[in-house]
Amino acid sequence: MVNSLTIRLKVNGTEKSVNVEPNERLLDVLRNKLYLSSVKAGCLRGECGTCTIIMNGKLTKSCLVLAVEADGSEITTVEGLTKGGEPTATQKAFIEKFGFQCGFCTPAYVLVAHWIIENMPGATDKEIKELLNAVICRCTGYKQILEAVRRAREIREGST
Amino acid sequence: MRSYKYVGKPIPRQDVSKVFGDAIYAYDVKLPGMLYAKLVGSRYAHARIKGIDLSGALRVPGVVRVFAGDDFPFKVGLYAADRDVLARGKTLYYGQPVAGIVAETLQAAEEAAELIEVDYEPLKPVLTIEEALSPDAPIIHEEMSKYRHASFVYPKPGTNIANYLKLRKGDVSEGFRKADVVVEGVYREPLISHAYLENWVGTARVFHDGTVEIWSSHQSPFAVRHLLAASLGLPEGKVIVHHTFTGGGFGGKAGLLLEHIPVLFSMRLGGRPVRLELNREENFFFMAQRAGYLFRMRTGATKEGKLVAHYGEYYLDAGAYADYTVNIGRSVGFVPTGPYEIPNIHVDSVTVYTNKVPTTAFRGFGMQEMHFAFEQQMDKLAQELGIDALELRLRNAIVPGKSYLPTQVRVREDAGDPAGTMKRAAELIRLGKEIKKPKEPWKFRGVGMASFWKGPVQPSNAASSAIVKVNEDGSIDVLVGTGEMGQGTINALAQIVAEELGIPVEKVRVSPARSTDSVAYTWQTVGSRGLFSEGQALLRAIDDLKNQAKEIASLVFRVFRDEVEVSEGKACVKGKPWECITLAEMALGYTLPNGRAIHGPLIGRGSHVPSQTTYLDPETGKGEPKPFMTFGTGAVEVEVDLLTMRVKVLKAVTVLDTPVINPGLALGQVYGGAVMGISITLNEELKVDPEGRLLNPNFTDYKVARAEDIPDEMVAEFLGVGQKNAPYGAKGIGELTMIPWPAAIANAIHNAIGVRINELPITPDKLLQAVMRQRPELLEALEKELLEAS
Repeated sequence: MVNSLTIRLKVNGTEKSVNVEPNERLLDVLRNKLYLSSVKAGCLRGECGTCTIIMNGKLTKSCLVLAVEADGSEITTVEGLTKGGEPTATQKAFIEKFGFQCGFCTPAYVLVAHWIIENMPGATDKEIKELLNAVICRCTGYKQILEAVRRAREIREGST
Repeated sequence: MRSYKYVGKPIPRQDVSKVFGDAIYAYDVKLPGMLYAKLVGSRYAHARIKGIDLSGALRVPGVVRVFAGDDFPFKVGLYAADRDVLARGKTLYYGQPVAGIVAETLQAAEEAAELIEVDYEPLKPVLTIEEALSPDAPIIHEEMSKYRHASFVYPKPGTNIANYLKLRKGDVSEGFRKADVVVEGVYREPLISHAYLENWVGTARVFHDGTVEIWSSHQSPFAVRHLLAASLGLPEGKVIVHHTFTGGGFGGKAGLLLEHIPVLFSMRLGGRPVRLELNREENFFFMAQRAGYLFRMRTGATKEGKLVAHYGEYYLDAGAYADYTVNIGRSVGFVPTGPYEIPNIHVDSVTVYTNKVPTTAFRGFGMQEMHFAFEQQMDKLAQELGIDALELRLRNAIVPGKSYLPTQVRVREDAGDPAGTMKRAAELIRLGKEIKKPKEPWKFRGVGMASFWKGPVQPSNAASSAIVKVNEDGSIDVLVGTGEMGQGTINALAQIVAEELGIPVEKVRVSPARSTDSVAYTWQTVGSRGLFSEGQALLRAIDDLKNQAKEIASLVFRVFRDEVEVSEGKACVKGKPWECITLAEMALGYTLPNGRAIHGPLIGRGSHVPSQTTYLDPETGKGEPKPFMTFGTGAVEVEVDLLTMRVKVLKAVTVLDTPVINPGLALGQVYGGAVMGISITLNEELKVDPEGRLLNPNFTDYKVARAEDIPDEMVAEFLGVGQKNAPYGAKGIGELTMIPWPAAIANAIHNAIGVRINELPITPDKLLQAVMRQRPELLEALEKELLEAS
């Protein structure tokens, strides 16, 4: 039995030190050891995208990352978006545009949308769809998610 | 539709916790001291189990117990109790659970699962409907005559027929004699998967007094309770089912799922909590999927374009367990045609067992599949008769108040507006108008339509109830039994309460998390019935609450009760808006000036049952099957690329006759249903090899639509023609949005290139074969044109 290892993560702005097994997925550490239940497992093979997080500024499927690989990383989940209880532009837009139904994929989409408006504010619809492709939503038919991304950008531009 | 303050408005959803990451699903529920279960799947689609060696698994540290089939010597199920808990004696499909392990950690359970040794004697698998019905077919369920069946299910023991349904209206031979044109067709759809995002999970424990408690990913908490009780011989009162948010269902989480497994494991382990969580691959194997279909149809019309006869043989490939699918066989048998009046109908609907994954409900409950066939029959007839496709539909459309259903009862006068949806959808897709020709010579565009109808398929006594409570601050809590799986019925119900009581919608909470011991009963969250059924119960509960408020006010102001009215959250003497008591003031009753208190807490209760539906005659199907039908029409414009043989849906139009309570939610259903419908039309199929092994149990090989696959344009209209006893006239739409797409796309492909596709999914290889068979000259012309151009 290999001994567990200690890794350091900055999760949603807070420094954390966690003991992990060498074969443990980052997804499982976030859910089971850091209690971030917004990070969901849907397939464990990088197909469905419900485990998406932002890791070191990049959209990342946390089921495909070993926890030990993430040592020293900065991680954002949906729990970390909300500052002082006030919804972000993205969250407001998803509510306003009915951009969610069952909600299982929603934390992932909120992060993708947040990443788009922060990093690619001029993204075309085609580029937005390409990024949304990384996550599966079986409920909405994607239209209202796409509308929510566009709306989030408007809200953010209006607020800055 | 009249204008209201909340009803008919896109009020934001209440379940916003979903965008903040703190929504709780059954998947998130963990209990202290919880054990982990793992199931081991069969390696054969059809085999005798000669022996099973559990010893290796038992030696793994952390393993608490290992179970096999003989530990649970009984069957479970809803309409046909045909399911083993763990396979006993025989495996009936590839991946069927043959053993179960319970361990202190998931890792130990997984390790032990690898060490279970099963000795199989392979049998010939039965993999198609034709094989299952052939006289020398191996019998899959040899003990069928001993199974417990619902009274309306007619199995044929000694065969592979799980249910046989007959529908007879008029005289079909006489009908065909009057027909000038008869079209025939054979249509097929494969088994497909719901592919909801939350895999099934259940965590159960048993109390010292035998009370069972479970959190699981399901649609219908009360159905799970009833079926657990019936299957395990427990009284309903000793079963508590907790409903959290459900990560998608689409019918795949209706009825009883695998709840009995963690419950049984916990029962045998002193009540310790046991969690069974499926991964994606296991979800494809262990959870019921959607049946495959085969339709043989003959439909006749006069030269004036009047439908006179329809003959059909419908078959459902139910897989190894037909428990729920027998009722879908009934659904397509009782509504065997599109929304038209046909005087003579003769249909047999046969649900068949095969050695494939078990099947269950799927959004549309057979209606998408039946319309895929029937709405192509309509286009074929239109072509033969030389009548416009819309015109033929209009000449035969159901006329509310005049037409008779296939089950021989008259369609209610306020049933809706089928013809209106046909006309409007045709207009929006520009049916019959000139279509822009793409500049690439290998691309062809076409338009097509499909009309449809559907109502809930439920027992005639499928009940609902609602409780409305007033809190001290004047806010309202509503208790209903509807599950929340994304469809948002709870939001529509909140809007109804706000409208009726005249209070801000923010003050109404319809709690999304609920338990069967503390909310009001509803039969199931299926069939697009929630708003219609719970809505009526809720309106009665509000009425009850208002009467109580009026009574209090009448005592306080010393007037008759009918002199009091309730609006804007107050009970006031009519005409004297200064003589009022607010709901907040009487939330716990009302204290008179002398200190005497009256009435106590305000609590309204209401019930609903579809009182107008009846049993259906076993020989003819005669009877009133449904409390409502929603009518609609879908239409598409497609582009067919003859170089890649891919079909792209450019525009999708949905027109539904009903008014809606919340257009934001309703549009979400429409877009979601359209994209799901397009996805199953063009991509989806559960594939098995000749041994019956499922080949694509993952999202790489089982492709569902992603964001880039959606049509450029999706348009929806609701005509606002309501049914009088529906809440604010609004009928259900959730499933309806899914129905027309395969038929509309097939009709549009025919319109584009003159090729008819009778089988889903319409993949490039299938399209290529169809073009080569039906229109080889298209390819020859294209080849010539491309050669000349180069």
